[in-house]
Amino acid sequence: MGELAAFIILSCVTLIPAVVVVTSGNIVRSALSLVPTFLGVTGLYILLHAEFVAGIQILIYAGAITVLLLFVIMLTAGGTGTRIRQVNEQVPLGAMAAVWLGFLILLVIFRTPWQSAATAAPQYNIASVGTAFLTDYVLIFEVTSLVLLVSLIGAIIIARREE
Amino acid sequence: MHVGLTHYLAVSTMLFCIGLYGVLTRRNAVAILMGIELMLNASNINLVAFNRYVAPGAVGGQTFALVIITLAACEAAVGLALVMAAYRSLETIHVDEINVMKW
Repeated sequence: MGELAAFIILSCVTLIPAVVVVTSGNIVRSALSLVPTFLGVTGLYILLHAEFVAGIQILIYAGAITVLLLFVIMLTAGGTGTRIRQVNEQVPLGAMAAVWLGFLILLVIFRTPWQSAATAAPQYNIASVGTAFLTDYVLIFEVTSLVLLVSLIGAIIIARREE
Repeated sequence: MHVGLTHYLAVSTMLFCIGLYGVLTRRNAVAILMGIELMLNASNINLVAFNRYVAPGAVGGQTFALVIITLAACEAAVGLALVMAAYRSLETIHVDEINVMKW
């Protein structure tokens, strides 16, 4: 019962600011509304017993990416953007596409007989995630670090002022 | 009634569709990147929920969720660098006004 209540509260904390993110005319309000969305997703991870993913989510999403978005908003003209039209002419089409896709996916989800293997709550720890990264998924780990390096260099070169 | 896999999948579907709506309707390139972040978060919820309910003994889903978080950070950095470069040469970040391939 307590789990269900926590799930419903966390879902509202995730979804209501997400609606503000995509509909607000004030771009700074959109960027700041991302923070409660990311924190709600963090709560869902904790409900799913994935504490390490939750910590990384707070560090990278709520900490780094939001600040990066705010910096770019401040560095470009327009400020909060309340005087400029923020949406294009595809609003009815986009809403229709999103609602239809969501309806279809929900239909599939509720009609599929999922085989749930969970009995008791499993205890994950950071050690097992780290061991998996360095044994079974070591290739993915190395390729991801390479992608991180390449995107770091690429971002510096793209954003650099040309002489 | 306790929380099951379908609940998490439903929440992640709604989050994905909200993000999709943002990507399709926004003019500002930074707001489009925000929509993409919402969609990546939805996929992460899916991965962790499947890990918890379908294969509770493994940590593969969490591992892939961490990889996706890393790639989302890369995508945000490169995307915002592109926004800055476009703003410097074209003086706009509204994607419906950026319509030249070469300056």
